Amino acid sequence: MNYHWNWRVFWEPAPSGTGTYLDMLLSGLVLTIETALCAWIIALAFGAVIGVLRTLPSKTASLVGFAYVEFFRNMPLLVQLFLWYFVLPELLPRASGLWLKQLPGAPFYTAAIGIGLFMSARVAEQTRAGISSLPRGQKLAATALGLTTAQTYRYVLLPMAFRIILPPLTSEFLSTIKNTSVALTIGLIELTAEARAMQEFSFQVFEAFTAATVLYLLINIVVVIVMRFVERGVAVPGYITGK
Amino acid sequence: MFANFDFDVIRRSLTYLFFDGMTFTLTLTSLATCGGIIFGTLLAMMRLSGFWLLSRFAGLYVDLMRSLPLVLVIFWFYFLVPYIGQWLTGASRPIRVGAFASSLVTFTLFEAAYFSEIMRAGIQSISRGQPAAAQALGLTYGQTMRYVVLPQAFRNMLPVLLTQTIVLFQDTSLVYVLSIPDFLGAASKVAQRDGRLVEMYLFAALVYFVISCVASFGVRRLQARLAFAR
Amino acid sequence: MLNCSIGENSMKRLRVMGLALAASFCAAQADAEELSGTLRKIKETGVINIGYRDSSIPFSYLDDNQKPIGFAIDICLKIVDAVKKELKLDKLTVEFNPVTSSTRIPLLANGTIDLECGSTTNNPERLKQVAFTNTHFLTATRFISKKSSKLSSIEDLKGKSVASTSGTTNIRQLTEANAARNLGINIIPAKEHAESFLMVETDRAVAAVLDDILLASFAAGSKDPDAYVISTDAFSKPEPYGIMLRKDDPAFKKVADDATSALYRSAEGQKLYDRWFMQKIPPKGLNLNVPIGAELKKAFAKPTDSPDPDFYKSM
Repeated sequence: MNYHWNWRVFWEPAPSGTGTYLDMLLSGLVLTIETALCAWIIALAFGAVIGVLRTLPSKTASLVGFAYVEFFRNMPLLVQLFLWYFVLPELLPRASGLWLKQLPGAPFYTAAIGIGLFMSARVAEQTRAGISSLPRGQKLAATALGLTTAQTYRYVLLPMAFRIILPPLTSEFLSTIKNTSVALTIGLIELTAEARAMQEFSFQVFEAFTAATVLYLLINIVVVIVMRFVERGVAVPGYITGK
Repeated sequence: MFANFDFDVIRRSLTYLFFDGMTFTLTLTSLATCGGIIFGTLLAMMRLSGFWLLSRFAGLYVDLMRSLPLVLVIFWFYFLVPYIGQWLTGASRPIRVGAFASSLVTFTLFEAAYFSEIMRAGIQSISRGQPAAAQALGLTYGQTMRYVVLPQAFRNMLPVLLTQTIVLFQDTSLVYVLSIPDFLGAASKVAQRDGRLVEMYLFAALVYFVISCVASFGVRRLQARLAFAR
Repeated sequence: MLNCSIGENSMKRLRVMGLALAASFCAAQADAEELSGTLRKIKETGVINIGYRDSSIPFSYLDDNQKPIGFAIDICLKIVDAVKKELKLDKLTVEFNPVTSSTRIPLLANGTIDLECGSTTNNPERLKQVAFTNTHFLTATRFISKKSSKLSSIEDLKGKSVASTSGTTNIRQLTEANAARNLGINIIPAKEHAESFLMVETDRAVAAVLDDILLASFAAGSKDPDAYVISTDAFSKPEPYGIMLRKDDPAFKKVADDATSALYRSAEGQKLYDRWFMQKIPPKGLNLNVPIGAELKKAFAKPTDSPDPDFYKSM
């Protein structure tokens, strides 16, 4: 194997003039985390609403929720990002389209919204599963007490549902972090893209990708540990999620 | 709004899109699914076996594959597979691997981690009575797995396995990052060559949507039939 | 006594000559069996793998039937003929593999391709990883923009969005210029040259930085060629293009060097150049009309694989 190893490449200056190759990778890591967090907030917001819609007694609400989830689940994430990034500006009136295309940081906003909406469909499914898994008695008791539907959801159903779905939500968040790598195709220079750029400038393929792999593993471990603390923190004693 | 769009470009490139692109995508999906399920079942059995070394190895492998983005794994294997081939076969130079073979290896090994989790859940959902009865009848571990446990686990998890296949089908679009000509790659090439991004990407989105919708509708019907049969 | 001594000397000479003959015979046998590197691989598998580009017009690109054609492809096919003759093969299958700017070097190193036939710049940094055969073109890095943007010098790009293809010397020169001159340019990396140009066409970037010959081809082949202007300001001196092969493989390099050298010096080389640069090329029948430059003419008369741009100036 005539590949020339060079682990010291991380301390060599990068041609972008902003520091070493290691700095390049770390700036990609920061962008990955920022994009993932923005996308996750969007996913939670939309996902919770749609999930609730699917459990409402109203037929139309149920149908709207179903259509939303099917729409975002049946297209690959890459195709969805392309639609947002390439197709949307062309369909808008010329001035708005141009503004969108030349927006600095367009890849970031597109990626956050695109990934956020893609994940929101999955969050919606989890929320629906969480609410459906609650004993029927809860809703009936709330009605008996005179609570409106909104109050039932707000004070009785949703708090417990969210605690139940915290573990699957953790893995959805990890999925969101992994999905940010897909955004390299629309020009978001996140961790995988920086590793690729490092490979192209320095020709050290394996060193660059090993570093990116290690960083992703680190993110994973940190998120899992943090979520474990969160789960313990919000657990209700005596209930299935509590001790 | 759709005034100066040329949807004829879709008609002109249909042969290329479907004969070259879609066949690549579908072949990759089906072969990677088979390979992934076989390897995944193996991993699940390793994880549930009593041997600490096998169990640990399987666990680490699954955790590693599930922590990494598929894009990164695609890059890794595209550049790495020839060297692995050289190491495995003891050849004097890296084995030449084409784009399809490299993608197949990548998706099989990556999705095997996800299939293994599904099969593990399936195996664990079989009641203890089954392997106990098999043992009482004098069946070996291999026979128990082959004739009693795995068929039931497979049948129970079939809807979930098929859903994961649909996910695999959508994930194959990611070979775009290496300019490998799958369906999306083909649509993209036509789009860039003729400057018709909107038409081609809308068409690609529609095709993926229709195929995935039909497939998941099929899985839902199957799930209903299975639930009824039990 | 005299007879014996004469006899002894001639015997000795005969013996030495005989040994020398036997040794050279053995060496010839050994040469035939001791093929190494790429030549050995080609002899053993009967296949040579060529890497081609999607959209490096007119060097290596896809025609309407998705077949790779171009100036560099034709040169590579001549190298393939030379390899076939050298290895005395009846049949040599040529397989074409698509490569991009960022995958070409790793794919060459891991054996997926044996020759990369496109628009790859030969420079000292790349020579640490790969080897190049005799130069087939000289080009400098410039940028293309719409006339309406009124950008003429590199300084005009300050604070704007500029596209370039990842894995090229162009994006590297752009990155370095951006840092050195503090231009604050937002660099948009694209996967392929066609995508870089598309960014300018769709107003996503105000300029695309690529080799000037590629820019000329894109502008000429676009829907509205007169809308574009290529800058006179350059990011680099005219640098040489070479066909890439693996490093530390002297036997294969010799075959490639000999083949390209013979081609460039002959009339056939001039005809090949004219076919791609002075006549209509598929698929749209475009005529680039780029007469052979003075330095390239000298590089064809005296073929060289030097990576140094100044070498060609002083030739």
